[in-house]
Amino acid sequence: MYNFDLIKPKTLADAVAAMGDGAQALSGGQTLLPTMKQRLADPGTLVSLTGIPELQGVCQGDGGIIIGGATPHAVVAKEALKYYPALAALAGQIGDPAVRNRGTIGGSIANNDPSACYPAAALGSGAIIQTNAREIAADDYFLGMFETALDDGEIVTAVKFPVPQVAAYIKFVQPASRFALVGVFVAKFADGVRVAITGASNNGVFRWSEAEAALSANFTPDAIAGLTLPADDMIADLHGSADYRAHLCGVMTKRAVIAAG
Amino acid sequence: MPKDGGIGESTKRREDIRFLTGKGRYTDDINLRGQAFACFLRSEVANGRINSIDTSAAMSMPGVLTILTGDDFTGMGGNPAGWLINSRNGEPMKEPKRPVLAHGKVRHVGDAYAMVVAETYGQARDAAAAIEADITELPAVVDMAKALADSTNLVHDEIGTNQCFDWGWIEDNRAAVDEAFKNAPHVTTLELVNNRLIPNAMEPRASLADYDAGTGDYKLYTTSQNPHLHRLLIAAFVMGMPENKLTVIAPDVGGGFGSKIYHYGEEAAVLAAAKAINRPVKWVAERSESFLSDAHGRDHVTKIELATTKDGEFLALRTETLANVGAYLSNFSTATPTFLHGTLMAGPYKTPLVYVNVKTVFTNTAPVDAYRGAGRPEATFSIERVVDKCARELGIDQAEIRRKNLLTPDQFPYTTPVGLVYDTGNYQATMDKMTELADLAGFEKRRAASAKNGKLRGLGLSTWIEACGIAPSNLVGVLGARVGLFDAATVRVNATGNISVMTGAHSHGQGHETVFAQIVAEQLGIPASSVEIVHGDTSKIPFGMGSYGSRSLAVAGSAMTKAVDKIIAKGKKIAAHMLEASEQDIEFKDGSFSVAGTDKAKTFGEIAFSAYVPHNYPLETLEPGLEETAFYDPANFTYPAGAYACEVEVDPDTGKVEITAFTCADDFGNVMNPMIVDGQVHGGVGQGIGQALLESTSYDENGQLLTGSYMDYAMPRADDVPFYTVDHSCITPCTHNPLGVKGCGEAGAIGSPPAVINAVIDALQRGGHTHVKHIDMPASPARVWAAINNA
Repeated sequence: MYNFDLIKPKTLADAVAAMGDGAQALSGGQTLLPTMKQRLADPGTLVSLTGIPELQGVCQGDGGIIIGGATPHAVVAKEALKYYPALAALAGQIGDPAVRNRGTIGGSIANNDPSACYPAAALGSGAIIQTNAREIAADDYFLGMFETALDDGEIVTAVKFPVPQVAAYIKFVQPASRFALVGVFVAKFADGVRVAITGASNNGVFRWSEAEAALSANFTPDAIAGLTLPADDMIADLHGSADYRAHLCGVMTKRAVIAAG
Repeated sequence: MPKDGGIGESTKRREDIRFLTGKGRYTDDINLRGQAFACFLRSEVANGRINSIDTSAAMSMPGVLTILTGDDFTGMGGNPAGWLINSRNGEPMKEPKRPVLAHGKVRHVGDAYAMVVAETYGQARDAAAAIEADITELPAVVDMAKALADSTNLVHDEIGTNQCFDWGWIEDNRAAVDEAFKNAPHVTTLELVNNRLIPNAMEPRASLADYDAGTGDYKLYTTSQNPHLHRLLIAAFVMGMPENKLTVIAPDVGGGFGSKIYHYGEEAAVLAAAKAINRPVKWVAERSESFLSDAHGRDHVTKIELATTKDGEFLALRTETLANVGAYLSNFSTATPTFLHGTLMAGPYKTPLVYVNVKTVFTNTAPVDAYRGAGRPEATFSIERVVDKCARELGIDQAEIRRKNLLTPDQFPYTTPVGLVYDTGNYQATMDKMTELADLAGFEKRRAASAKNGKLRGLGLSTWIEACGIAPSNLVGVLGARVGLFDAATVRVNATGNISVMTGAHSHGQGHETVFAQIVAEQLGIPASSVEIVHGDTSKIPFGMGSYGSRSLAVAGSAMTKAVDKIIAKGKKIAAHMLEASEQDIEFKDGSFSVAGTDKAKTFGEIAFSAYVPHNYPLETLEPGLEETAFYDPANFTYPAGAYACEVEVDPDTGKVEITAFTCADDFGNVMNPMIVDGQVHGGVGQGIGQALLESTSYDENGQLLTGSYMDYAMPRADDVPFYTVDHSCITPCTHNPLGVKGCGEAGAIGSPPAVINAVIDALQRGGHTHVKHIDMPASPARVWAAINNA
């Protein structure tokens, strides 16, 4: 690890001010710190977001639940349970207990790892990403592998989730990292079904529109029995071919529909 | 019988208290005044010519004390291979020098070519990044078959080939085996890979070197499974000094699985650096260094053929194996694919004719050496897979084909066609026990239940044998070993009757401190709590060969019991004097020396006290003191064996394999501590399941390690393994060691991989995917799914 300076602001305003000089935001650090330990990142200045009360917590708001950007997964797993059980269950399956008690929703959404779980929940729920500057719809936020609509220095302050009628997240894990090899979030709203898939695509999390249309008409696994995703843009690596991932998208979507009930 | 833990009791492990409360003392826990820190600069290319290394900028960095490169070690010897293997044509193996730090060429990613020593580790690492090395990358030799065909790109230019040796076992049998195949009614052929594994001991390798400028003595604290072997290799072979100038201390060591048997260049480098700067020097591997530079395991590509009658009677077995040795010959690397593998190819079967060919290959990858089981898992996997395939081809039940060919109890001692003599065994007994415990009769019912849930259930068996308790020195000497493989113990009875046992074995997780105390306590009829086990320090322990190959109990334990025998014999002399009786009339039982047929007796403690306060003592004929050393060289290998059953459920939609039950029926001979034996089997099976389903070491064609972290290298976790059913009640005691023990440390890792793969194939076959004849390990979900769908 290279030497770095650490700033620990107590308010969002101070954090935003501290980010001005090209500093790197540090939330739970579950990706950033291992990267720094391997000397693959040399951020110079870190601005910690975990000591800012206004970025913490889970509450009910207009049209959904609002999760503070620096809320750890373990807190979401516990406190979102009564509002949005599928989201709480997803948070409870991320990493291991250490990761869940340090890693935060804002950090995950800002990093947009193509195999992370939260992007599937955010996109699958049609969440609104709130930052210190604006609100961004999930559909406009995830721009590709490790790419988001965030500007330099912009901080995710909260994520607002509309709560669907039913939903479920099914993750098939990569055997080593236990990130999602394919993870599918299915959410049924009054006006239709959303299906978001993580882990599979070279372009990061994406919506499976054909499945959404079929499930909106008929919310049963049979509705998507004939649908397949093209393997062209799927990730191919040691842990699975593009064909395998494309196939798993279908299998996991069906299982998510069953789990959602 | 001692009251607090003799032989056969599941005494809880006394060492666990310190391990579990953070009071263990590992190499990195030891800090010496004024110590500096080393960082090794490692090659980023798999094959490269070192044109120059400019350390000038790095030397001027803050805190830097010295920088050493390969040039600084050209006067030292190479790190030797422990076994000389001859090729079929009689030529000795190719044995290129393995220098302390790479010199002239780097030969694998992670090959260390420079070392920086600085006041802090961070400073050393900063300076290492500032070293300017001009290295010309050369084409990497990675694939074994290509390496053998390649005469241009060589891992070691000076030997003119990438082949280390071409070994035949037993060469004189080859013609007869080939003839049997020509005439055989049925031949089953299987090509398979025994996947390369990275050991992943919980504690990474570490060394702390200290040099005393006043005496010229060196001291090395290091992660070793065999401190005396380390001392011998470092002093006599590499650094060129008398062994008495070097003390090697292996304190608590957090797992080895073979990888810490070997001497590595970092150990000599930190010793040299400690002398150069006249300060202690510490190095602790980062986990990524462990992935790149610890000796890996397995990595065989094998074609195996089994000739049988139409009824499944084995007639002959023949194998051709390419075995990867990596970029350099690690200490046991030449023995592992030969005498720890080829000699086991008869398995527990009556197969009359066996021939084994092994070609070892240099590649630009990390060195490969013995890893838990070492050669025997490779042999067992090949045999048990081809037996299973043969059974399917002939339409014979998988248990039946094994029973038909297993050796029977009346055949022991049995001389195999590959040069071993099995002293004893009862393979039917373990097969019966496994059949009962695994409820093979109820399998069909369970399969039907799984099918209702959309899962394919399969049953896999394996019967295994190994040769362990290595080894008779005269035998292995004939086979090319450059060391003896005896062990030693010193039993020191202290004046008030408590005991220190100095053993040549080394515990790095096995529980020796508990079990060895149980054995000595049993023999002397005293409480186990009175016995302390001392290991891991060459200045304290006698010259023993350490722990690997499931040898600690069978070899070092036997030395211990022999030393205790000597203690008892001397105690009888002392007792005879004190009791004014003839020595022949003294009996020793339950901690008491008594005159036969009388109530005259002296306790063990009284005798000990008398030995050290010899006021009433036969000083004219007997030395005072009560301390004895024994060396024990085994008369034969020991041959544990067993029968395993694995049941799996395969999800045909994802290819995911779940192990639903795993049953082990083992014959380890006499069992000293059943709980510890259970634990050894659990750990071994866990590692075997890891190999079978999860662990894959992958290099790309440029020799870059693709699985260099836990993000991509899948280790088994608690939820990957089932609750095991483990039994070791079938006992045929070893006939040639005093405890009648055989060894249990490697069993699980040997017997389990074929049981798992056999179960996966069985599930797919029963599920209608009859085109799937074999899946290479690890049977990951992606591989199983691909196998199902590549019809």
